[in-house]
Amino acid sequence: MTSVKTDADEIPAKHAIKAIPVRHYGRWVSAVAVLVLLAALIAAFAGANIQWPITGDNLFTSASISGAWHTLLISVCAMALGLLLGVLAAVMRLSQNPVTSSVAWGYIWLFRGTPVLVQLLIWWNLALIFPTMFGVSTNTLITPFVAALLGLGINEGAYMAEIVRAGIQSVDEGQAEAAHALGLSRAKTMRRIILPQAMRVIVPPTGNEFINMLKTSSLAYVVTYGELMTKAKDVYTNNLAVMELLFVACFWYLVLTTIFSIGQYYLERYYAKGATRTLPPTPLQKIKTNLFSLGRAR
Amino acid sequence: MTDFQKPASGQVLVKAEGVRKSYGQLEVLKGIDLEVRTGEVFCLVGPSGSGKSTFLRCINHLEKINAGRLSVDGNLVGYREKGGRLYELKDSEVALQRRDIGMVFQRFNLFPHMTALENIIEAPVQVKGTARAAAKERARELLARVGLADKADSYPAQLSGGQQQRVAIARALAMEPKLMLFDEPTSALDPELVGDVLDVMRQLAQDGMTMIVVTHEMAFAREVGDALVFMDGGVVVESGHPRDVLTNPQHDRTKAFLSRVL
Ligand SMILES: Nc1ncnc2c1ncn2[C@@H]1O[C@H](COP(=O)(O)OP(=O)(O)OP(=O)(O)O)[C@@H](O)[C@H]1O
Ligand SMILES: [Mg+2]
Repeated sequence: MTSVKTDADEIPAKHAIKAIPVRHYGRWVSAVAVLVLLAALIAAFAGANIQWPITGDNLFTSASISGAWHTLLISVCAMALGLLLGVLAAVMRLSQNPVTSSVAWGYIWLFRGTPVLVQLLIWWNLALIFPTMFGVSTNTLITPFVAALLGLGINEGAYMAEIVRAGIQSVDEGQAEAAHALGLSRAKTMRRIILPQAMRVIVPPTGNEFINMLKTSSLAYVVTYGELMTKAKDVYTNNLAVMELLFVACFWYLVLTTIFSIGQYYLERYYAKGATRTLPPTPLQKIKTNLFSLGRAR
Repeated sequence: MTDFQKPASGQVLVKAEGVRKSYGQLEVLKGIDLEVRTGEVFCLVGPSGSGKSTFLRCINHLEKINAGRLSVDGNLVGYREKGGRLYELKDSEVALQRRDIGMVFQRFNLFPHMTALENIIEAPVQVKGTARAAAKERARELLARVGLADKADSYPAQLSGGQQQRVAIARALAMEPKLMLFDEPTSALDPELVGDVLDVMRQLAQDGMTMIVVTHEMAFAREVGDALVFMDGGVVVESGHPRDVLTNPQHDRTKAFLSRVL
């Protein structure tokens, strides 16, 4: 395709319009109001009964970094399991086989209908009802990691199933017809034609799910999995600096969610391929245009 | 007009006997009988809702028929007959039958996440197991044949309607079908783009492809068609050579329809 040009490139200099731009006084008034409120908030926290140095000292301790790493690890693993189960359940749910679709319906009903905290505790305490499984003691099998993975991942799968199903159903029926008319099997039609197009609808809510997962993984402290909350709790039960350590955890959650929000943006851009003639701007390009339009407010 | 002469009458490729199709209470096809011969351009015309698309979709088993017989190249569509009984074919067997039947849709139905070239090689590679390189080479030939040699790497959204439809024709041809089904291939196009698509179809007809074409382009039917069927209300009202049916319709319903579209 031809490269996209802005109109400015094409207008000969002598015809270029020199008009006085609209003045956006409202933007300046609101900016001032926001700054005042922000200053008040900062003043409040500066004067609060918080030992900021403790927060600072704990930001990059090995416990915090290990906590952040394990939060990331369990989130990625549970999300991967959730995606796998979600796609499977969604395809099963849409199957013409009544047994298959009922199984998927039951799975979604059960795991979406009960709190994830309860599910985590049930996996964690499985040994109470099944002392051994496959000839092995259940307690050796269900490590904190396994309990967190099963609890978070299987629960996530039930949510992902609905997201994937909506995505599949958003694809025009003509696509499956064209694929079938070419002789593609049902499975190949799903994998090669439907799912890639469904991704455009699936990716944005999945990004949200993942960012939710980063935070929901904090519940894994009930199975003593060593993620951020567990680590923060360990430290504050010793030094009693509860708020300070909670802020440390917040800091790392924000770091992780920020990184993945940016990643999500580029993923969405990738799957928009073919759907639009020109790609949306990258965040950097957006910041540039935003600054430009603020600059024009005068 | 060309002085090109097609083989007068090939063998019967598509045979419909008493084909019926209902959607719930609504009977859309009420006993269709017709024969399409190898190398023929068979035109299907009729008012909206008369069941033309439905019949076309039955031929490659996108729809199941409720009664009658429908066969392509001697094989029942979607069924196997053994000991006087019909057995439904498995999905994989239906897919095998569909390989030999190309279909072109009114709304193109190109795969939007693939370039023109990728659209064309998809079925040969995934269904026939053709090597990618060979499939690509063939796809470029096909693109050249439909006049789009320079659009191989364009996505459907970057192509005009007429260009998309020509890619869709190339995509169907890539499977080397014995039969091509066209469901109003030009009716979603701007008038000035119709000609390009009809040219490609005309060329295809000259090359001897058997084609069943649902169309409102009466000029095309008269010029290129070898046989024409006028359908209304789920039955064949009149059939014959396009010249005869279009210029000298026998039936009142045909006359009424033609006076509206011509
Ligand atoms: N999937 C379906 N479910 C129910 N009714 C249907 C379905 N598909 C088609 N019909 C009905 O069958 C009848 C014939 O439809 P069909 O699409 O075959 O007509 P057509 O001759 O192709 O018309 P057009 O020229 O408008 O394309 C119509 O009344 C339509 O409403
Ligand atoms: Mg139709």
